[in-house]
Amino acid sequence: MTALIALPILLPLFGAALSVGLGRSRAAQRVVSVVTLGTVTATSAVLLIRVDHDGATAVQVGGWQPPIGITLVADRLAAIMLVVAVLMLLAVLLFAIGQPGAERHHAGFHPVYLVLAAGIALAFLTGDLFNLFVAFEVTLMASYVLITLGGRPDQIRSGMTYVVISLIASTLFLIALALVYAATGTVNLADLSTKVADLPDGVRSGLAVLLIVVFGIKAAIFPLFFWLPDSYPTAPTPVTAVFAGLLTKVGVYAIIRSQTLLFPADTQPGNLLLIVAGLTMVVGVFGAITQDDIKRILSFHIVSQIGYMIMGLGLFTLAGLAGAVLYIIHHIVVKTTLFLVAGLVEERAGTGKLAKLTGLARLEPVLAVLFLLPALSLAGIPPFSGFVAKLALVDAGVTAHEYLIVAVSLAVSLLTLFSMTKIWANAFWGGVDAGRPIPPAATLGGRSLMVGSTAALVALSLAIAVSAGPLYDLSERTAHDLIEPSAYIDTVLGR
Amino acid sequence: MTVLLVVVAGALCACGTYLVLGRQLSRVVIGIGLLGHGVNVLIVLSGGDGGDPAFAGGDAERFADPLPQAFVLTAIVITFGVIAFLLTLAYRSWLVTADDEVEDDVEDRRIAREAQHAAAEAQHLNDPETEP
Repeated sequence: MTALIALPILLPLFGAALSVGLGRSRAAQRVVSVVTLGTVTATSAVLLIRVDHDGATAVQVGGWQPPIGITLVADRLAAIMLVVAVLMLLAVLLFAIGQPGAERHHAGFHPVYLVLAAGIALAFLTGDLFNLFVAFEVTLMASYVLITLGGRPDQIRSGMTYVVISLIASTLFLIALALVYAATGTVNLADLSTKVADLPDGVRSGLAVLLIVVFGIKAAIFPLFFWLPDSYPTAPTPVTAVFAGLLTKVGVYAIIRSQTLLFPADTQPGNLLLIVAGLTMVVGVFGAITQDDIKRILSFHIVSQIGYMIMGLGLFTLAGLAGAVLYIIHHIVVKTTLFLVAGLVEERAGTGKLAKLTGLARLEPVLAVLFLLPALSLAGIPPFSGFVAKLALVDAGVTAHEYLIVAVSLAVSLLTLFSMTKIWANAFWGGVDAGRPIPPAATLGGRSLMVGSTAALVALSLAIAVSAGPLYDLSERTAHDLIEPSAYIDTVLGR
Repeated sequence: MTVLLVVVAGALCACGTYLVLGRQLSRVVIGIGLLGHGVNVLIVLSGGDGGDPAFAGGDAERFADPLPQAFVLTAIVITFGVIAFLLTLAYRSWLVTADDEVEDDVEDRRIAREAQHAAAEAQHLNDPETEP
């Protein structure tokens, strides 16, 4: 069990080191990356099954006893996030290997990608607020390199915004850490959750809001999302897909973890979070509607979708949290898929601008299907995974008598459908433009790998819809752990 | 002693914030550095008053808290790495654009262009002699 928790962090780091040494041979680097992420996927799946069966487990790194040492904890939420994240990393890696571009031209891609994987795994598994900061920094450092890979002027410009805004968030995180430590004398999450409760109300609320702001910048919630639609679309497709699927969700995970474990008393009314959630949904979707580029539309939709997850947390009921967990699972898969499809469209037509695209459905029927299924799922059309997840959230909202947020979420779904229809009508429908012929599809062997990995993700999102029952049960067990964190606390503190 | 350090931390953070709000990349980099220093001082303060050196013998009751010092060490290393990256990025930006300024983002430029366009059109409607 100890190894199971440590491996998802250690393996990618060792893989990265090995990959640096193999910098001259891209083939060897590919083998290392695929084997590493494949092993980590298997490990995390076993971890999820064990944790779901036996309950949360903790490892004290270096044998230092909590709350002084660093603790790694795997509970249901962490294990679920880990499994989904590693699956996405693996699928996108295969896509990147197939795509002519970033992966082929830079010896640094594989090591940095593996470090990103290690950082994300550490963020999910850590049970210590300061270690969470380190995990964020590891992830961010890798993401800085990946987002500017290629060094084009527009990448440098948007990369600069991304780096500076992330640094401000990290600085605020450090301030929050200093204040938390000054107030309680510990940074261990489990230990904190017992000590934070004794703090005066004002101090506790202040810390809660400060942490929401810190993680909110990373999760791109309203009004802290401005950097996201600007910086994501310029990166190479596989990089954008991973960022879109995973990085903001690391922020959402941190919000859920900190608010349920540390500040249940301040989160419970949830009005602030519900207002933020509603505004995030609305502003994100309006932004998406005005855009003209597939990747930019999808980037604004990330923002809008984050609102749904925050809504589940803001309701702070068992059903709400379960809905949020299910929504995160669905969203990570669907969003990554959509970005990969956007990459395929750009690859095929040479542009992602809707004004210049037409008739792709006739040229590339497979691509059209690969876009349509996740797009309908994103909008929440039955019987796809988005419908299941949104149904869970709406049901939770109605049960909690928060009708306003339910109405907002339904209206935003409709607008999401509208903007997906816009992409579909502009890019896929219509006749093939005779005046501006699209070059014939490249016959590179890599193309089948790109389409294959995208298709595998589409199949995965369909599988989520099919197995919605067991998945919802799992989400509900996860939500139960979150609302009743005593098992988590006892596991970490060894009581 | 502690009050003086709190003031120092505040002043560093204030200067850093001011610099980060500027449009020149070199200022932003220095601002981030100052902010980092201010926060590091704050973390050291979070450990409470000073005391005897830890782990060096003596009375354990009067040891200074070593944990914030470990935090600060980690934070300094991370800030150092990130600032090195930021500097290379700023240098590359200067190579590409021959300028030190942060440009507006795509959306801002689009909105500015459309506003300009609308203004020109309105002028044309009022006075058909001018070119739109």
